[in-house]
Amino acid sequence: MSDCHGCSAAPVVEIPSPVVTRTSRHVALIGPPNSGKTTLFNRLTGLRQKVANFPGVTVERHTGIAVLRDGREVPLIDLPGLYSLSPRSEDEQIAYDVLTGNRGDVGKPQAILLVLDSTNLARHLMLAAPILALGIPTLIILNLADDLRKRGGHLDLAELSVQLGAPVALISARQGEGIEQVFEFLAGAMPKPAPKELPILQDVPKCRQWAGRIGNEARYRAPAPPKWTRRLDGVFLHSIAGPLIFLAVVILVFQTIFSIADPAKDAVDALIHITGNWVASVLPDSMFRSLLLDGVWNGVGAVVVFLPQVLLLFLFIGILEDSGYLARAALIADRTMARVGLQGKSFIPLLSAYACAVPAIMATRTIENKRDRMATILIAPFMTCSARLPVYTLIIAAFIPNRPVLGSFLGARALAMLGLYVLGFLAAVVTARVLKSSILKSGRAPFLLEMPSYRWPTVQSLGLRLLDRSAVFLRRAGTVILLVMVVLWIMAHLPLVNGHAPQIDNSLAGTLGHTIEPLIQPLGLNWKIGIGLITSLAARETIVATLGSIYGMDPESNTHGLQTALQHDLSFGGAVALLVFFAFAMQCISTIAVVRRETGGWKWPVLQFTYMGVLAYIGSFVAFHILR
Amino acid sequence: MLQLSGNKVQPEILPTLVDLGRGDAAVLQGIDLPTDEARRLMELGFLPGTRITAGRSAPGGDPRVFQVDGSEIALRRETARHLTVRVERKKKA
Repeated sequence: MSDCHGCSAAPVVEIPSPVVTRTSRHVALIGPPNSGKTTLFNRLTGLRQKVANFPGVTVERHTGIAVLRDGREVPLIDLPGLYSLSPRSEDEQIAYDVLTGNRGDVGKPQAILLVLDSTNLARHLMLAAPILALGIPTLIILNLADDLRKRGGHLDLAELSVQLGAPVALISARQGEGIEQVFEFLAGAMPKPAPKELPILQDVPKCRQWAGRIGNEARYRAPAPPKWTRRLDGVFLHSIAGPLIFLAVVILVFQTIFSIADPAKDAVDALIHITGNWVASVLPDSMFRSLLLDGVWNGVGAVVVFLPQVLLLFLFIGILEDSGYLARAALIADRTMARVGLQGKSFIPLLSAYACAVPAIMATRTIENKRDRMATILIAPFMTCSARLPVYTLIIAAFIPNRPVLGSFLGARALAMLGLYVLGFLAAVVTARVLKSSILKSGRAPFLLEMPSYRWPTVQSLGLRLLDRSAVFLRRAGTVILLVMVVLWIMAHLPLVNGHAPQIDNSLAGTLGHTIEPLIQPLGLNWKIGIGLITSLAARETIVATLGSIYGMDPESNTHGLQTALQHDLSFGGAVALLVFFAFAMQCISTIAVVRRETGGWKWPVLQFTYMGVLAYIGSFVAFHILR
Repeated sequence: MLQLSGNKVQPEILPTLVDLGRGDAAVLQGIDLPTDEARRLMELGFLPGTRITAGRSAPGGDPRVFQVDGSEIALRRETARHLTVRVERKKKA
C-alpha cells in the first residue's frame, strides 16, 4: 500500500506502533505554504505558544498548547510549510524527521493536523498521500472555507472522508469557522487513517492523478479564479503603476521608521530618564547606584529606545506578508536584485536592515534558497542601521560645517550623512557580488515564487507576531547588553584608589584603551576613542555614551561639550576615519548572536565579523591618510 | 525513475514558456531540468500535460507569473526556458 523507495526511513503502514506514549503526546500541524496553517495554529493556541530553533539547525520550532473543552492540554507543533514529504531542503528534512519520529527531541506525534487550501484542493491533496501513508491518526483540514464558498466552489466532505479513510473538516481559520471540529478531533479517539488506495509516493504525476481522482470522487468543484486578486494584480503588477506603488511602499516604510517612530522613541527615552531619575532619588549615593544608573539604566535604556522602531518595522513586514503584497514586491524587485546575484526575496530583509540588522536577518527566513539567504544575512549589517545614526550625528555635527551645497536643498551635513548611507549600500552590493560569484555561488536552484491570493491581515496574527518579536528584542537587551554595560562599568571603576574609583586613564578600561592605541593610531584615533570602539562592540550607539562618560560629561545634557572635546582630540581625517569605520564594522553583539543562531554555528558570524572588521580598518586607514 | 528531461535531440525547436505572452495558454510537454528541480516544479503543478496560462510579469517581462493547476507561480526566464510547451491559444496580437 505505501511505497517509499529510497527513503532512509520508509514509513510502513502495516506495522502497528503504540500511538500514545508518555513522551510523544504532541500533535503536529503540517501543510503547504499559504494554506493558512499558522493562522490555524494561532487560533488553536492563542498566546500559549513559543518559538525556538530546532537544535543544531536554523529551522524554527513553533510549539504551543491547545486547551480542550474538558480542560485537557494538547501540545501542538507547527512544522515548516512544505509541498511534499520527500526531504530535500532542511525544512522538509525536519518535518519528515518529526513526523517519522526520527528526532529524539520531539518524538513521534500522536496525531497530525494536515492543513490544505480548499480553494486549490486537487493539487494540495497530493500532500495527503505521503502523510496518510505514515499511518498516524490524521485530521484533514480544508481551510479557507469562506473563500471556497464565495467563489462558488463545492465538495462532498463525507465522500472525501470515505476516500481518504480519515476525518475531514472544512474550516476557515481566519473567521474562526469550524475550529470546534478540530478540538473535537483532538478530544476524540483519533483512529488511524484507512485510505482506499494510495499512489506510489515517489511518482509525482501518479500522486497528482490520485489527488485528481479523489477530488472527482468527492465531486470537488474548483472555485472561480479569485476576482479581487486578479484585479489588484492588475494594479500592483501593472507595468507602470506597479513599480511606482512599490517605490511608494518602500518610501513609506522608510519614512515611518525615521519620522513617525521618533516620537515613540523619544517617549520611551523620556520614560527611561524619568524612572532613572526616580531611582537616583530613592537610592543613596553609592557605588551600587552608580552601577545601576550609569551601567544598567542608561546602557540598556539606550537600546530599549529602539523598540518602537523595531515593532513598527515588524508591523509593516507583517502587513505586507499577510496581505500577500510581499510576494508581488519580491517579484518586482527580483530583476534588480539579480544584478548583484541575489533575488527578489532578499529585498525586504535588506530594506528592514536600514532600521536594524537583527530583525532583517530574522526576516531572511522567507528566502528558501540557502545560499541566497546566507548572502543576504552576510550583507545586511552593511545597511545603515538606526544604531549608527547617533554616532554619525555626533561626529558630523562636530566636524562638518553646516554649509549649503546645493542651495538650501542640500547642506554639507546632510550630504555627509547621505554619503555614509551610499557607502554602506555600495559595500553591501560589492560584497554580494563577490560572495555570489565565489563561495555562495548558487547552483541552478530555480527561483519559484507562489503568488498567494490577497487577504486582509488579521489583528490576531499581527499582534502575536509583534509580541513575539518584542520578547526576542527585550530578552537580548536584558541579557547581552546588560552584561556588557555592567562589565564596562566595573572596568571603568577598577582598580580602586583609596577606596574610590580611579581616573578613567588609570582604570582597567583606560589600560585597555591604551593597549589597543597602537592598533588604531594609524587610523588617527586615540585611546579614548579606542575604549568607545571596544564598548561599541556591544552596540554601535554605546560609543556615544562611552565617550560622554570618558570625557567626563553627560552626553545628553551637554552635546556641545562633547563635540568640542572631540574637535580637540580628533583631526578631520581621524573623524572621517571613525565614520568610515562605523559604516563598515560589525559592532553589534546582537547581530553576531542572531547570525550565529540563524546560520546554526560560529563559522559565518566569525567570517562576517572578520571581513567587515578588515574592511573597516582598511577603509578608515585610507580615509585618514587621504585627508590627513 | 523520473525521466522528464524530454527530447534531448532537438530541445531548441520546441516552444517554451518564455514564448508565451500575457494571456497565452499552452500545454506543458516536458521539463528539461535535473530531476530534483523538475520534481519541485511538478509538485507545484508543472506536470506534463497540464494547461498553463501566462499571467502578468515584473517590469521587463522577467520573472513572469504562470497560472497552473489552480495556483499562480512566478518563474524566472532562466527557468521558464527549460519548460517546453505546445501552444494552445495565442491571444490575438
